[in-house]
Amino acid sequence: MNNQKFLLYLLVMAGVTYLVRMIPMVLFKEKIKNKFILSFLHYIPYTVLAVMTVPACFHATGSVFSAVIGFTIAVVAALRGKGLTFVAFLSCGGVFITELVMYALR
Amino acid sequence: MTQVNSFSKGLNDGIPICLGYFSVAFAFGIFAVESGLTVWQSVIISLTNLTSAGQLAGVPIITCGGTLTELALSQLVINARYSLMSISLSQKFSPKVKSWDKLLIAYGNTDEVFAVAHSNDGEIGKKYMWGLILLPVIGWTGGTYAGAMAGNILPAEAISALGLAIYGMFIAIIVPVAKKEKKTALCVLLAIALSCIFRYLPALSIVPSGFTVIICAVTASVVFAILAPIDTAEKEGAASE
Repeated sequence: MNNQKFLLYLLVMAGVTYLVRMIPMVLFKEKIKNKFILSFLHYIPYTVLAVMTVPACFHATGSVFSAVIGFTIAVVAALRGKGLTFVAFLSCGGVFITELVMYALR
Repeated sequence: MTQVNSFSKGLNDGIPICLGYFSVAFAFGIFAVESGLTVWQSVIISLTNLTSAGQLAGVPIITCGGTLTELALSQLVINARYSLMSISLSQKFSPKVKSWDKLLIAYGNTDEVFAVAHSNDGEIGKKYMWGLILLPVIGWTGGTYAGAMAGNILPAEAISALGLAIYGMFIAIIVPVAKKEKKTALCVLLAIALSCIFRYLPALSIVPSGFTVIICAVTASVVFAILAPIDTAEKEGAASE
């Protein structure tokens, strides 16, 4: 993508991200007590990540089948309390092996 | 009140964050180059944004030629949680941390930096924050560079498998909380259901990806904030990436 257009996108993206962090830190002196806002802000990180993950992750690898295997491995490993990096690479390993097997069987 | 304001303690506390960021950023780097950005465009996005979910949502909007409004709104919603962390963190600063200092510190207020800074007893100073932020920035930016380079070299099979890495990490963030809190689990399931509807229902699949994320995540979060509000005010520290 050409750099001039990219810089415009970058400016907006980085600008919004920075202002979201900066303005409340500099301006707000009081704690938020509103239960609705607190609850909303509690839920929003998880719903954002979930929406970005499902169903996009099923189309992120060479085949839907290998992605489902990797997804399942990630969920099971996370349920067992494994850390972020471990879960991420275990699921990648699952995809890799599944795809190798699929090509071998073809 | 005790005060934490040692640059070296900050650096020390930042090491594990830095290592974690490197691997996640590696996956982001691969994703960004696959999406059509150059190595340096990917790196500068990481250096200036310093946020995984926001960047992952932003890159497709950029490479698919989405509008600036879509990009701005998606970043606003996805990164809204930082507002709360910034407010919360500003209450822990010693009075010596001036507004001018906050302009710099705010840049580095990620989920993990917030969580670690917040876990200190007593007030915290600006030198500690500088130390704490430095290594994670290097890890995040360096990891993106390594991933973007690898994306150009690695064989297709490896790229295919690594395509799942960043999603695997998101799963590892969501699942433990969902396991512990039934409300959050149900809220996440509603969000996923909406997300699938938007992706697979032909009439809705034309909605740009940035807006889909906003609509689904906000709807599910609002519904649950009304039907199942969180009780304690201490929950603000629970969010992490």
